[in-house]
Amino acid sequence: MAIAVLVLARTRNLFSVVVLAGIYSFLMGAVLVALDAVDVAMTEASVGAGVSTVLLLSALALCRSREARPGERPWLPLAVAATTGAMLVYGTLGLPPFSDPDAPIHTHVVPRYLQDGPQEAGVPNIVAAVLASYRGYDTLGETTVVFTAGVGVIVLLRRLRRAKDTA
Amino acid sequence: MSNDLILRVVAKILIPFILLFALYVQFHGEYGPGGGFQAGVIAAAAVVLYALIYGLDSARKVAPDWLVETMVAAGVLLYALVGVAGIVFGGNYLDYFVLGTTPVDGQHRGIFWVEVGVGITVSGVMLKVFYMFADRQP
Repeated sequence: MAIAVLVLARTRNLFSVVVLAGIYSFLMGAVLVALDAVDVAMTEASVGAGVSTVLLLSALALCRSREARPGERPWLPLAVAATTGAMLVYGTLGLPPFSDPDAPIHTHVVPRYLQDGPQEAGVPNIVAAVLASYRGYDTLGETTVVFTAGVGVIVLLRRLRRAKDTA
Repeated sequence: MSNDLILRVVAKILIPFILLFALYVQFHGEYGPGGGFQAGVIAAAAVVLYALIYGLDSARKVAPDWLVETMVAAGVLLYALVGVAGIVFGGNYLDYFVLGTTPVDGQHRGIFWVEVGVGITVSGVMLKVFYMFADRQP
């Protein structure tokens, strides 16, 4: 994954950028499988590696396939990114150790979901039970976000096309 | 790409299995990994593959624009209506316990229909975005 990211940052050929991003997503999916998050891994593989690669390629067909050189050296953005990254790494130092059973996330509502979920929802996949039942409002919001994003793309691209037709 | 014999034959063999897998992920999501979101993306990917190999116009015959646009809205509506059904049967909004004869039965039904709603919207949005991008002239 590190190699993929480094090559991604170096290359100026947008086609290989898209393909490398797909490879990165697949590797990320493999990492998620190793972490036992199969649902997330499936999403990452299908959305990140599959559909978004196709969408980026079809967008690439509309523009030039080489990235333009930036006019100036991006020192300020680099500094901002480095500072934010350093702060995030500093924040992880305060987190409990990985897979610590006493971590706050494992003592709040998770024991209740894991113990009562199978009886209350009657669904073996706890992820589905939490997603669709315990957190049903959140998932309704998420679906609305997907809907809104789709409508946004439709409105934007359709207006562009109409403007071209009249011009 | 559309004249490549190998691609055409392989796509023709693969697409039914992709669609079947999407249905499996959709309706088996309560028992194994997966759910509406993943199933929607996989189903959309099958049509995208068809469009890539056989051309956008043939894909539009399979999944016409009006159908895709209806799916975008219908999924959210289905989800919201499951919530309303909870009120109608005497519970709270998105309360699945009242939807079946037993609470567990109600939960099953609620989760099932909610996941169907998610799947329909996601698959509609993915396809529509692909159509919009693939349709534009450079």
